[in-house]
Amino acid sequence: MIMAKKPIRSAKPKRAAKLAKPKKPAKPAPPPTPAPAQVTALDLLRRLSESVGVSGDEGAARKIIREAVAPLADEVKVDTLGNLFAVKHGPPRAPRVLLAAHMDEVGFMIVGIDGDGLLKFEAVGGLDDRILLGKPVWVGENRVPGVIGMKPIHLVKGSEVESVVKIDSLRIDIGATSKEGASRMAKPGDRAAFAAMFAELGPTVRGKALDDRAGCAALVEVLRGKNYPVELICAFTVQEEVGLRGARVAGFAANADAAIIIDCTPANDLPLADDGDENTRYNTRLGYGPAIYTHDGSTLHDRRLVKYVSAAAEAKGLPYQLRQPGGGGTDASAIQRSRAGVPVVSVSIPGRYIHSPAAIVSASDFHNTAKLIRAALENWDGKVLKR
Amino acid sequence: MKPLIKKLVESYGPSGHEDQTRDLIRAEIKGLADYVTVDPLGNLIAVIKKKSKSGKKVMLAAHMDEIGVMVSHVDSKGFARFVPIGGVSALTCVGGRVRFADGTVGVIGIEKRDNTSNLPSFDQLFIDVGATSAENCPVKVGDAAGFHRSFEEMGTRLVAKSMDDRIGCAVLIEVMRGLKRTPHEVQFAFTVQEEVGTRGAGPSAFGLEPDLALSVDVTRTGDTPKGVRMEVSLGGGAAIKVRDSGMIADPRIVALLEQRAAEGKILAQREVLEGGTTDAKPIQVSRIGVPSGCVSIPCRHIHTPSEMVDMRDVQAAVNLIVYTLERAIEL
Repeated sequence: MIMAKKPIRSAKPKRAAKLAKPKKPAKPAPPPTPAPAQVTALDLLRRLSESVGVSGDEGAARKIIREAVAPLADEVKVDTLGNLFAVKHGPPRAPRVLLAAHMDEVGFMIVGIDGDGLLKFEAVGGLDDRILLGKPVWVGENRVPGVIGMKPIHLVKGSEVESVVKIDSLRIDIGATSKEGASRMAKPGDRAAFAAMFAELGPTVRGKALDDRAGCAALVEVLRGKNYPVELICAFTVQEEVGLRGARVAGFAANADAAIIIDCTPANDLPLADDGDENTRYNTRLGYGPAIYTHDGSTLHDRRLVKYVSAAAEAKGLPYQLRQPGGGGTDASAIQRSRAGVPVVSVSIPGRYIHSPAAIVSASDFHNTAKLIRAALENWDGKVLKR
Repeated sequence: MKPLIKKLVESYGPSGHEDQTRDLIRAEIKGLADYVTVDPLGNLIAVIKKKSKSGKKVMLAAHMDEIGVMVSHVDSKGFARFVPIGGVSALTCVGGRVRFADGTVGVIGIEKRDNTSNLPSFDQLFIDVGATSAENCPVKVGDAAGFHRSFEEMGTRLVAKSMDDRIGCAVLIEVMRGLKRTPHEVQFAFTVQEEVGTRGAGPSAFGLEPDLALSVDVTRTGDTPKGVRMEVSLGGGAAIKVRDSGMIADPRIVALLEQRAAEGKILAQREVLEGGTTDAKPIQVSRIGVPSGCVSIPCRHIHTPSEMVDMRDVQAAVNLIVYTLERAIEL
C-alpha cells in the first residue's frame, strides 16, 4: 500500500453529514457476473474474484472452479476439508506432480450483533486495520451489502486522525436499526468479504481476492494443456490464509514426488522515499513475470526445482523474476513437510495492494505464469530431481 | 576426531544448501552402514540393520545445516543486501565475513547510523564482495552464504562457526565408527533445514518409522559472565535433555541415558533449556508418535561465528550413545 506522509483530508468540511439509516433492510446485492458461454482466462478470473470464499467457507469459489475443471480433468473430487482435486492422468509410472493454489481469501467473520443492529466482526486472515474504514462489504451467503462504519472527517478531532482505529472498535453497518432487524439478515459465524467488482485497467486487472484466485485461474489454464508426461494432481486448497491448513492434508493425499505452488505475492515496487533512494525491498515487481521463490519465511524452496523452472522460462523466452528472499509464505511449507517430504517450489503472480479490496495484477504476469507452469510440465523427466 | 571436526565445521552448508556438507559426510561414512540414501528433502540417511529380534529401531538425528544469509538485492554499486537464514543476530554480523557456495567471500558492512545506541537492523547491513556495479557483482538474488571462520583449538576447547550442529554430525560419525556390536537397527539421519524451523527431521522420521529417537545437537551453557540461568557447563559432560521450549523428552529415555552413563562411568549432566529446540521436536510427533530424547553437546556463543565446545563433552556424548546402543533398550 502507498503510505501517505500526512493524512489526506478535505480542505474544509462543509457541513456535518448525518448518518442516514434506511427504514427497510437493503436488498441483497445481485449475484456475481453469470458465466459466459466461452470463458476466457480473464473471464474466469473475473467470476472468481467476484465470488466470496473467505477461509473455511470456500464453497462459492469451489463451485466455479469445479465447473471449469470438470471437462478438463480425468478425475474431480472434494476431500473432507473441502480441497478440490482435479487429476489428469499421465503415462504409467509417471512422476506424480502436485500443483496447488488456494481458493480462500481474507475477510471477516461476524461475531456478534449490537443492540443498535451493528455487527461486531473479526478478521479472518492477515488484514491491516488501517485499510478497513469505510469499505463496503458483503455479509453472509446472501451477500447482504454493508459498510465498515466510520466517523466522517467532519467530526474527527485533533490528533484522533493520527491514530489507527483497531478492528475491535469497528462495526459493520447493514442498515438495520435493531438487533432483531439485523438478526434477520446476518448471524454470528457468517463470513463477510470486501464488496468489490473486478475491472480491467489497461494492461492490468484490479479486484479483490486475486490472492489467490489468480493462481486458481492460472491452474485451470494449465489443466487445458494436453499430454503432460506426468501424473498431474491439481489441488485447489482451502484455509491457506489462516495457516496453510488445507494444504497440509492435500499434500498428504497427493503423495507427490514434487510440487509447484501457484500463489499471489506482494509487489511493493513503488517509490519508497522522496530522496530518490533505490528501492531495495520490493519483494516482486509488477510486469516482470512470474516470481520464482528461493527462500521465504516458512520454506526454503528446492534448488533443483528453482533452477528447473527458471530454465524452462528461459527456454520458452518467458519473463520471470526471483522473488526477494524474506518473510511470508505459501502452501509450499505445509506440502514440503507432508509424509516423508516433498520437493517444492512456489511460483507467484505479483500483486500490488493484495489483502485489500483492490489488488492489481498484471495480465501478462498472470498469463505468463500459466505458460511457465505448462512449459515446466511439458518437459518434465527424471533429470529434474537428480541430485 | 579433531581432523574430522575441522573438516565438518569449515564446510559450507547454510539451510537448504547442505549439498557440500552432505557429500563430505557421505565420503566419511563410506562402508560403515548397510545402506545409505538421500530422502526427498535431502536428509542423508545411513542405516545399520537390526542384528537381533529383540532389537529396536533407533533413530539418531544431527543436522547438517548452519545459519547463514541470503542475497535479497544487488544495488547499482554492486553491494548485496541480504536477509538472515535462521537465527542470525545483526549484532554479530558487522565486520564479519561470509562465504558463498562458489567460494566468493564478502564482508558485512553497515550504513552510517544517526543513533548508534540501538541494535542495527538487517536493512542497514550489506555484503561487500568488492564489486563496483550490479553487472560485475559475482553474487545474485537467492544466493546463500555461510559465515567464514577457521577452526581453532584452545586446549580441550574447540572454536568454530557451525559447531551447531556439525559437532553433532561428528558425534554421529564417531558413533558409527565406534559401534562394534548392537542388537538394534540404528538409523543415522543427517538432517537438513533445522535452523529455519526443524523442517527436515519430521519427514525423515516419517520415512524411517523408528521405535525411539535421539537428536544430537548443541545446547546453551550457564557458565559465562552474567549469562543465562542454566545448570549446564562446558566440560561438565554430555547433556541429557529433560526438556526444551519445543519438546519434553520421554522420561524413560532420560532415565535410560542416566542409568547407562552411571554404569559406563561416562560424564553426563542434566539439561533444561528454556529457549530453543532441536530436531527431536518434529520427530516426537511424526506418524503415531516416537518416544524421543536428546543428547546435547554444551556450547558457548551459539549462533555467533565463534561457537565453543569442549572435546571432553564431545567424547562423552559419543561414549554414552555407543554404550547405550550396545545394550538392550526396554522402554
